[in-house]
Amino acid sequence: MQKHNRSVMTLVALFAMITMVLSACDNNSTSSNATTSNTPAAAKTPAAANTPAAANTQAASNSNGSAATGKLEMFSWWTTGGESAGLKAMYKLYSKDRPNVEIVNQAVAGAAGSDAKAVLKSRMLGGDPPDSFQVHMGHELLDGYVAAGQVEPLDELYKSEGFDKAFPQGVLDIVSGNGHYWSVPVNIHRANVLWYNKKVFTDNGLTAPVTFDDFFKAADVLKAKGITPLALGDKVPFASAHLFETVLVGTLGAEAYKGLWDGKTKWDGPQVTQALNNFKKMLGYINSDHAALTWDQANDMLIAGKAGMTIMGDWVDADYKAKAFTDYGWTTSPGTKGLYDALSDTFALPKGAKNKENALAWLKLAGSQAGQDAFNPLKGSIPARIDAGKGDYDAYLLSAIADWKKDTIVPSVVHGAAAKDGWATAYTDSVNSFVTSLDVDKTQKALVQAAADNMTSK
Amino acid sequence: MEATSSVQASPQLGRRRFNFDRVIAIALIAPSLLAIAVFVYFFIAQTAYVSLVRWNDLLPDYTFVGLRNYDKLFQIERFQADMSNTLKFTVVFIFICLAVGLLLANLLDQKIKGEAIFRNIFMFPLAISFIVTGVAWRWLLTPSSGVNLIGSAIGIVDMKNPPGWFTDPKIGILAVAIAAVWQTSGYVMAMYLAGLRSIPDEIKEAARIDGATEWQLFRQITLPLLQPITLSAVIILGHISLKIFDLTKSMTGPGAGFSTDVPALFMFETTFSGSHFSQGAAIAMVLLVVVSVLIIPYLIYNFRSEVRS
Amino acid sequence: MSVVPYEQTRRRRITPGRVVTYAVLVGFSIFYLIPVYVLVVTSLKSFREVSLDRMWNLPQSFSLDSFRDAWFGNEETSVSGLASSFWNSIVLTVPAALISAAVGSINGYVLTKWKFRGADVVFPLILFGMFIPYQSILIPLVQLMQNLHLYGSLWGLIFVHVIYGIPITTLIFRNYYAGVPTELIEAGRIDGAGIIGIYRYILFPISLPGFIVVLIWQFTSVWNEFLFAVVLVNTPSSQPITVALNNLAGSFSVAWNVQMAGALLAALPTLVVYIFLGRYFLRGLLAGSVKG
Repeated sequence: MQKHNRSVMTLVALFAMITMVLSACDNNSTSSNATTSNTPAAAKTPAAANTPAAANTQAASNSNGSAATGKLEMFSWWTTGGESAGLKAMYKLYSKDRPNVEIVNQAVAGAAGSDAKAVLKSRMLGGDPPDSFQVHMGHELLDGYVAAGQVEPLDELYKSEGFDKAFPQGVLDIVSGNGHYWSVPVNIHRANVLWYNKKVFTDNGLTAPVTFDDFFKAADVLKAKGITPLALGDKVPFASAHLFETVLVGTLGAEAYKGLWDGKTKWDGPQVTQALNNFKKMLGYINSDHAALTWDQANDMLIAGKAGMTIMGDWVDADYKAKAFTDYGWTTSPGTKGLYDALSDTFALPKGAKNKENALAWLKLAGSQAGQDAFNPLKGSIPARIDAGKGDYDAYLLSAIADWKKDTIVPSVVHGAAAKDGWATAYTDSVNSFVTSLDVDKTQKALVQAAADNMTSK
Repeated sequence: MEATSSVQASPQLGRRRFNFDRVIAIALIAPSLLAIAVFVYFFIAQTAYVSLVRWNDLLPDYTFVGLRNYDKLFQIERFQADMSNTLKFTVVFIFICLAVGLLLANLLDQKIKGEAIFRNIFMFPLAISFIVTGVAWRWLLTPSSGVNLIGSAIGIVDMKNPPGWFTDPKIGILAVAIAAVWQTSGYVMAMYLAGLRSIPDEIKEAARIDGATEWQLFRQITLPLLQPITLSAVIILGHISLKIFDLTKSMTGPGAGFSTDVPALFMFETTFSGSHFSQGAAIAMVLLVVVSVLIIPYLIYNFRSEVRS
Repeated sequence: MSVVPYEQTRRRRITPGRVVTYAVLVGFSIFYLIPVYVLVVTSLKSFREVSLDRMWNLPQSFSLDSFRDAWFGNEETSVSGLASSFWNSIVLTVPAALISAAVGSINGYVLTKWKFRGADVVFPLILFGMFIPYQSILIPLVQLMQNLHLYGSLWGLIFVHVIYGIPITTLIFRNYYAGVPTELIEAGRIDGAGIIGIYRYILFPISLPGFIVVLIWQFTSVWNEFLFAVVLVNTPSSQPITVALNNLAGSFSVAWNVQMAGALLAALPTLVVYIFLGRYFLRGLLAGSVKG
């Protein structure tokens, strides 16, 4: 009896203690929040923010790679074929240099990374960051983790590795904010690509459409033949939001489109109405089961010749490759000739990364010519570096590399470059509602509201 | 209560010991009470507070904005779709579950051979995670496959233009309800079966002797006696359906046009994908209020009837 | 006992009503078993055989490849296996169920046999905790777990499950102990036993059925839980199986035979518990509905 009494009492005491600790900690939570909110201010002071990073960069470049040990926890949403293959190719390079570092591949599935981003957010919020994480270049990072003071500036790394010379100015502008560089871009993707099945096009005497008029003409021809003109798979809603983004770019043009995101173009203007109407018309040409399919399943329709066209980012190229489909052509999405609707995957260094030195070595690799040329041909994207681009790039990618050098660059919203997460999700939600409601007025109002909400609180 | 009264009757000597034991009793339960106070009530208060501030970015911003987040929330199309989806889902889910549960319980109460086997078949889904259910039913209700193939084989489905199930914006959420019924109806059956078994045979026997038909028996004796169970079932099913999250998350996601979106999923996404913490908190509070409207009267009712008995 | 002959005469006859009854029961059985059939059949197919058009066909050749991929993962197709998360779920579920049962038993004991002033008010307040949508405590919970450095760890998740398991475990034990005659307690007191002694020597030895019910209930619900798991523990190395399965199935590159095999693996432990201890599982289930 004695014994049992004691054990019960111990249990109770333990529990009481835990609960007391809990309630005590809860009081602390407010104060520690205050600390967090101070960090971005601190980060703005270059000296304070840079010193630790600088010290570590030094350590990273000086230390002998083979002596490095520990882990490298890498967070990304690259789980599918080409993406994952590209990532693994970089891991291989990394391991050659640092054979004793265990790479922990934290790849979370979910198209366009929406699930992964939620996971990452809760990890960052929970103070358990990975060593390095994938993030889209632009406002997704700048207004998110940079504003929250949760990532390290990478100025030292940019200087020591010459990244500030290796990337084109357009990219440097997008990855920097508050006078610091915040992430290392590994690739460039293009969002405004129209893909078509060559055989379907030749059989029906069609050529690649350039304008919206061309597009609708071609679509009518295909529709009359019982072929789905435009394959869409918006089971994951980013796909319809992506399509509308290309319509916005195509309808408004580069300047007006960019103006949407900095307040120079009004969301309640007639151009946006026009874009919504174009989009609505386009939705009349899509497959009826679009809501059941993901973008790559929609792509299967095109491969099978059941659909003539699809509008999706250039990761489609890698999907065709993986599925051994070669009979496809590409052009810019309607109205976007000469425009490059760009997004980039970059890697950032979270504050409090457990293996910072290994992470810095990873960032060096991601920004290097060798790393980018290992990654991009497999991923199906073009390198962000000017001097990279020698490797096993296919015909599409070579054409994209050529366009990248001459086209006007506009930032993608669905893929994080143009606006912060909150705005992008509000935008995506509005478009997703539009797909079924087709209510131009209501959707435009929602888009206006999203802009108002997110521009003021910037 | 019983304990208190009985103890007071015990000898004087035990009284001091009893008082000491009472202190221990409180000490034993105190940690749990404290935990509930903090993790349920204090946290709810905190969430309510977050829903009243402007924390719609990664960085906490505790500027008080009153009910603005709620005001905006109700104007968002996605949330409007969520509310209507929840309503449709709840009605259909509860109704079918009750109907199926009552039917199966009554059938099983007919001295069925292999009753245990049937019962286990009807109830095993309860032991499974909604995530598993979601994965299985996603494929079963995929328009180009699954049940549509069977429908086509028996000639009621045209595979050229098959039912879209969860991909059809009009009925999407009801397809999710099918999966939910699959998982939960066994629960209702078990509740009804327990209720049926607790009705004394004598009552039915007496009615039979009085010449009542089986149907009259069911209508006039069984159903009224099962009423408290129906009430419990409605409450339980109702709060499950209001809170549903795992199933839609794994089976369909929000869906095109938010045809299968629910508030819990919106809350999760807007909070953790969109960093709209205050908006997420507002959604959570709306959910909580709706669930409370259902649950609090139920708890009070139960609690009162207990005191009475 | 006049019922017996009546029943016997009824049972012998095969009436049309009887036939319909059985037909309906069999029909519903098919409904409940359909997903099982598809899960099993698909997961036994090889990748080449998996096709949406032939979902219902039996596998032509028996292949365990999908189970192998779902369990161990597959480097080539970058499928991450469920093996480690299966283990995580066990590490999570067993302690959570045990601690929950201990806590629930103590609470139930105090609330039935040592009622204090206000106990009747406190109990419904505890019970309310089991009905709340957990979204309404999620944001502060994440913040607290972060401050306690329990975020991202299975220990933190165990802790959370124990806390939010208090209402249901307390309810089950309270109902169970309510059925224990007060005379037993009184007898113990007359023999000079205190609150702990009575629990130890009188109540605990007869608590086994209650413990089984609570253990099974908590095991099943913690194993199947998703929201806390996905929010609080999302590093692939320590995530529980529901999260891993959701990721596996959410990845569109993963062939669905592998998803189905994964779903079966994730369902297996709770199904086994259900098959062998279904009676107790049912009791836990009904405790959640029938009045407290």
